[in-house]
Amino acid sequence: MKVTLKVWRQKNRNTPGGFKTYTSPELNGNMSFLEMLDVVNEELATRGEEPIAFDHDCREGICGTCSLVIDGKPHGPHKGIATCQTYMRSFKDGDEIVVEPFRAKAFPLIKDLVCDRKAFDRIQQAGGFITVRTGAAPDANSIPVPKPDADLAMDAAQCIGCGACVAACKNASAMLFVAAKISHLGLMPQGQPERYKRAKAMVDQMDEEGFGACTVTGSCEAVCPKEISLDFIARMNRDYGVALLKGDPKAVKGGGAG
Amino acid sequence: MATLNSNVPSGPLAEKWEHHKFYTKLINPANKRKYKIIVVGAGLAGASASATLAELGYEVHNFVFHDSPRRAHSVAAQGGINAAKNYQNDGDSVHRLFYDTIKGGDFRAREANVHRLAEVSVNIIDQCAAQGVPFAREYGGLLDNRSFGGAQVSRTFYARGQTGQQLLLGAYSALNRNIANGGVKSYTHSEMLDLVVVDGHAKGIIVRNLQTGEITRHNGDAVVLATGGYGNVYNLSTYARGANVTASWRAYKRGACFGNPCYTQIHPTCIPVSGDYQSKLTLMSESLRNDGRVWVPKRKEDCKKAPQDIAEGDRDYYLERMYSAFGNLAPRDIASRAAKTVCDEGRGVGDTGLGVYLDFSAAIARLGESKVRERYGNLFSMYQEITNENAYQTPMRIYPAVHYTMGGLWVDYNLMSNVPGLFVLGEANFSDHGANRLGASALMQGLSDGYFVLPATISGYLSGQNPGKRPATDTGSFKEAEENVQSMTKRLLGNKGKRTPDSFHKELGKLMWEHCGMARTAAGLEKGIKAISNLREAYWKEVNVMGESTDWNQSLERAGRIADFIELGELMCRDALMREESCGGHFREEYQYTPDDPETKQGLVNPGDVKRRDDQFAFVAGWEYAGAPDKTPILNKEPLVYEEVKMSTRSYK
Repeated sequence: MKVTLKVWRQKNRNTPGGFKTYTSPELNGNMSFLEMLDVVNEELATRGEEPIAFDHDCREGICGTCSLVIDGKPHGPHKGIATCQTYMRSFKDGDEIVVEPFRAKAFPLIKDLVCDRKAFDRIQQAGGFITVRTGAAPDANSIPVPKPDADLAMDAAQCIGCGACVAACKNASAMLFVAAKISHLGLMPQGQPERYKRAKAMVDQMDEEGFGACTVTGSCEAVCPKEISLDFIARMNRDYGVALLKGDPKAVKGGGAG
Repeated sequence: MATLNSNVPSGPLAEKWEHHKFYTKLINPANKRKYKIIVVGAGLAGASASATLAELGYEVHNFVFHDSPRRAHSVAAQGGINAAKNYQNDGDSVHRLFYDTIKGGDFRAREANVHRLAEVSVNIIDQCAAQGVPFAREYGGLLDNRSFGGAQVSRTFYARGQTGQQLLLGAYSALNRNIANGGVKSYTHSEMLDLVVVDGHAKGIIVRNLQTGEITRHNGDAVVLATGGYGNVYNLSTYARGANVTASWRAYKRGACFGNPCYTQIHPTCIPVSGDYQSKLTLMSESLRNDGRVWVPKRKEDCKKAPQDIAEGDRDYYLERMYSAFGNLAPRDIASRAAKTVCDEGRGVGDTGLGVYLDFSAAIARLGESKVRERYGNLFSMYQEITNENAYQTPMRIYPAVHYTMGGLWVDYNLMSNVPGLFVLGEANFSDHGANRLGASALMQGLSDGYFVLPATISGYLSGQNPGKRPATDTGSFKEAEENVQSMTKRLLGNKGKRTPDSFHKELGKLMWEHCGMARTAAGLEKGIKAISNLREAYWKEVNVMGESTDWNQSLERAGRIADFIELGELMCRDALMREESCGGHFREEYQYTPDDPETKQGLVNPGDVKRRDDQFAFVAGWEYAGAPDKTPILNKEPLVYEEVKMSTRSYK
């Protein structure tokens, strides 16, 4: 099989980009979409054209590095999988495939199909953790976690941080990502002491990064390679609301033990 | 010649670590903040070390080539993490985990390091649970375990099929907390391209910013490499495409010895290769061997039949037949070699004949499909995505693939290399897995090194360095190292060849798999060394790298890494040629048990099992760079001294 690719090419953030069309060499249905791009790139490089820049790493759907909007859909045609696990057998001989980067104000473009998703790290740094010093942990079985809670926390914790939710959203909202992070820790007993403080800090940082608001259209859930549920957004909103009602914790008056 | 002193403390094995921690010099809290530590990598080892060192009060600078510290390939580990908690009351203990690991490594690991690993394992689980890692639970809320290859107890903790991801997110959250509070400065899209050695001590690194191409110098009082393994030297492997040896290799070229480079793990349960375009092999977790049965047809003629049409009596469940005590849970090296053997006999399945069945029909009949789905659902759907086959209805086809490298930079008991001030953690070092790693032990080692070992040992080195006196970045060694990086970049981009870097990587991978793969011979390795050294020369004549140095340039990144892989490949072949014995993952065809050997007659081993030669090869090979890629490297030896364990024939029958 052969396909025609319409690919977004852009040298860098400050140079305007545009679509370029390439015809693929002969392909095999068992190739992954990224392997198809490898083959196209080898051909480009062999004839002296600069290869298409695209992000990828583990190629088994877990690192969250690969992105791409394929025919208008982040991570391509299938539900519940990332671009790297999309195979060419999902396309037909002669198809024209449009390939674009994830587009969002908070994900500035680096080159071609690569964008910068560091905003996600900064949201996590704002509060996506449980404060526990190395060596200070009690025996693991001293904190029982009901299996349904652990399972639900795991459903949220599976998020691979790829940013497809943002790319799919008409408002470029990061609510699904942030909700997954807040829910994972908020569902575990270990996460209770910082639960509301965490929700407030992460949501505030999300807003500061320039992500849009959520209007609950659900496109994020539809494209999420880990099928993270919209329910987590409701959970986050509740925790955020409680955090607002509680207000900031009272400042402790100074003074030491002398 | 380098000196390889293991610095293993004296005293009884089980007390060494406690004693050593007590006798290691401490640094007072006011002085700690005057020491700056560079950590390269943020997988399990790098992230946990960075976070913990910052908590202790050191100034930590962390560098990753990824866009985020959360992307390191630790994220892809599926099955689990071992710990000697004995929560199952099935007879586990620190000593048993220690013994299983040292035996699993075919008595080629350093005894004291392995014991420490087993001791620390229990603290890791506590630490991760406290961070909120959502481990699998029983209905009572306590932690669940499963069994894994090479062990007869259930000591593996897991989070569905995504244990590595969850542990990494735990370490990443600890790292984030310390980035937020200023303890760690994080540099992303920053690739280390050289080590700076000042007066014999590691005091800095040279880094390329992958977005802007800018080259910068960074100084520190110590440098920690946690940069992972080098399995991508084979091109096709279960590693992430970006995983590379560059940080380790550039340190090797600055004098750090490379330990046991030929020890490679070939994992038995991967999806077979389907074509030449392939970029990556996908692992199916070893945990599948808990419930899946491995078989091939007894007769060659049956290989092209549909598996359902082959009668039960015509199937050869060869692992159960050959290793009755461990059966399908035989260690990885043994299971891989057995798969190769049956395929070499012409009994392999699938289009290429390089595959064996992993069959769940018995488990589905025993447990029901829903239970199997609960345990392995994500793996079955991953298999279906890749192969378009439903493994609930037809057996999976699997074949061994390169998965892990036990070798790595040589380190002493303190995890310090022979270059003072250079520490190496996780898969990047050589120390804990000997010639074969057991399943669920990589995560354990990465976190052990990062959370518990390095933070306790590094003060021993730093206490000998004057606080606040690290060399400035405008000194000669920094300048020379930066020029070295600049000139390599210029050379790669200026080369006017016709071939792409990736075409060389493919060629290297094929040479390595053929000559330094699952079965090795002296003649094959000699051929490999010659072919790879020719490839190295051809690379610098024929490679063509597109793009510019001051821009995001993935071709340039890869070109530098592939140049290093080519040199490493040659060293691996040399190491494999030197090691005239078989052990663990290193199988030399000349050294295997025959039906006439007494061990075979006693029923300890099967004919064809690996044959060690403890009288001559009970040592760690530490290879030292001789100053140029075409000069033969120098072999240094660290004898393996076993104080408590007796090196014995490794039997899984």
